[in-house]
Amino acid sequence: MTDYKTPLRKFIQDNFQMGSGAAAFSDADSFMTRRIIDSTGFLELVMFLEETWAVTVADDEMVPENLDSLEALQGYLTRKRGA
Amino acid sequence: MLLHHDFDRWAAETPDAIALVSGDERVTYAELSRRGARIGALLQGQGVARGDRVAVLLENRIEFVAGLVGILRIGAVFMPINPSTKDDKLAYMLNDARASALLTEDTLSFVWGVALAQSPTVKSVVVTGDAAAPAGVTAAVLPWPAADLGSIAPPTLIDQDLAAIIYTSGSTGFPKGVMLTHLNMVSACRSVSTYLGYRRDDVIYCALPLSFDYGLYQVLMSFRLGACVVLRANFSFPVKELEIMSTRQATVFPGVPTMFSMLMALKNLDKFDLSRLRMMTNTAAALSEDHIHKLRALFPQATLFSMYGLTECKRVTYLPPEQLDIRPTSVGRGMPNEEVWLVDDAGNRLPNGSTGELVIRGSNVMRGYWEKPEETAKRLKPGPIPGEMILYSGDLFRTDDEGWLYFVARRDDIIKSRGEKVSPREVENAIHSLEGVYEVAVIGVPDDVLGQAIKAFVVTLPGVRFTEREVIRHCLTRLESFMAPKYVEFVAELPKTGTGKIKKTGLA
Repeated sequence: MTDYKTPLRKFIQDNFQMGSGAAAFSDADSFMTRRIIDSTGFLELVMFLEETWAVTVADDEMVPENLDSLEALQGYLTRKRGA
Repeated sequence: MLLHHDFDRWAAETPDAIALVSGDERVTYAELSRRGARIGALLQGQGVARGDRVAVLLENRIEFVAGLVGILRIGAVFMPINPSTKDDKLAYMLNDARASALLTEDTLSFVWGVALAQSPTVKSVVVTGDAAAPAGVTAAVLPWPAADLGSIAPPTLIDQDLAAIIYTSGSTGFPKGVMLTHLNMVSACRSVSTYLGYRRDDVIYCALPLSFDYGLYQVLMSFRLGACVVLRANFSFPVKELEIMSTRQATVFPGVPTMFSMLMALKNLDKFDLSRLRMMTNTAAALSEDHIHKLRALFPQATLFSMYGLTECKRVTYLPPEQLDIRPTSVGRGMPNEEVWLVDDAGNRLPNGSTGELVIRGSNVMRGYWEKPEETAKRLKPGPIPGEMILYSGDLFRTDDEGWLYFVARRDDIIKSRGEKVSPREVENAIHSLEGVYEVAVIGVPDDVLGQAIKAFVVTLPGVRFTEREVIRHCLTRLESFMAPKYVEFVAELPKTGTGKIKKTGLA
């Protein structure tokens, strides 16, 4: 299975990490609850997914179940691109 | 008449009516009243008395509103703080207001834990979730009360007492606390809910932060009418929010231009049943004419109110929806029980068809900035009746022949991004703290989604190089996210005036 979590973690660490206390986050942590990404940040994250993995994120796929943690993103991209 | 009296009345008269919905939880007026009493009793037991400031650093959640009820009932002063505030600024506000207590949540302990180590006036912290005290915090850290703690000893309180202090960005780079009395807030609440026509059967969808005054007023106005508020923490996932609006049968949707832009970018809006939505209101920044047309085409069932306001008096003007086609770019006129007019530089009232500074007269005008007499004197000046003060908005407007108002420009350099006020000085200070930065200038540039986006021009010391992203990330660790630049341009030097001050007029 393709590992999306490692490059995504790096992208998030390089670009967001809004709170100093959010320095370490687990694969299951909600970006919203941990205040790692806010609403504009999610738009940037979607652009990153689209550019990096040539996917198109449909409006109704823009939901926390797909985007709000590394695990959710891993699942979403795996479903989207095939395992 | 005090700010919480309407709420108390509904809690007695319609105890089983739903006051708040948050996630799967539905809270009645009676239950919210009980939860408010618990937090009030807890604070009173900690020694919080009439006039003491209690800061609230919470997301949009039921505890925020219970805290509001409890604080008002014990006669303390409610001080909402944006939950994305960073530790330095939180410490500044706690110290500036000499807050005695803080209501907050465990997920934010990385912020308040640091701030409290520098804020000795705060004696008690009440925390939702895990109430473990972070290292270095000497204040009593208490769990959110889950059981009744006895009744509140009612304080002596009149409508001239402060109900809230709401911090707003100032051009000096340090936020100022806007002091609002019970009378100020009751007046604003009554005027706004009257012209909007809020009703008791309304379901108000609120994703605006309750720490932002128009978000807070959704709850206050709902409590005036005995209506219901659906609380949402944010608008990050618009499709999710439309689902909620639909399933909760929302009738009122208050927003800011950024939210409406996000909705307009969606392709399948018609999937959602929003037939109950009867009203949308826009504030914080103007919608473009194009967006007004699109929004009305997308939501023909809802009337749209364009409005303009200032934390210093809550609301200044609104445009009645039937005027939207006639003068779409107008922000309207003064609201009920409030008088507004334009003045020239000498303070003389100007006739219709002029351009000048907007001034506001009414019971909704603040008492001043907390312990900042000089700043207060710039904004509050004598009015027509001896002894009364009127508010100078600091914004330039023009009027048409009939007296309808049109925004022209701000008189200071405050930027409006995502509907929030951003002080360029505050962003410049944050960037300056990055070692290797020599000079910096921050301006606002037009942006379709944000209104204005923040752009920084940075001169680095010889041999020092940063990437745009490094500067933005540095800002994100120090500033609320809406203050972080979207663009950073590295330049060899900045334009200067004859006296060597940075000149921003040529930057873009």
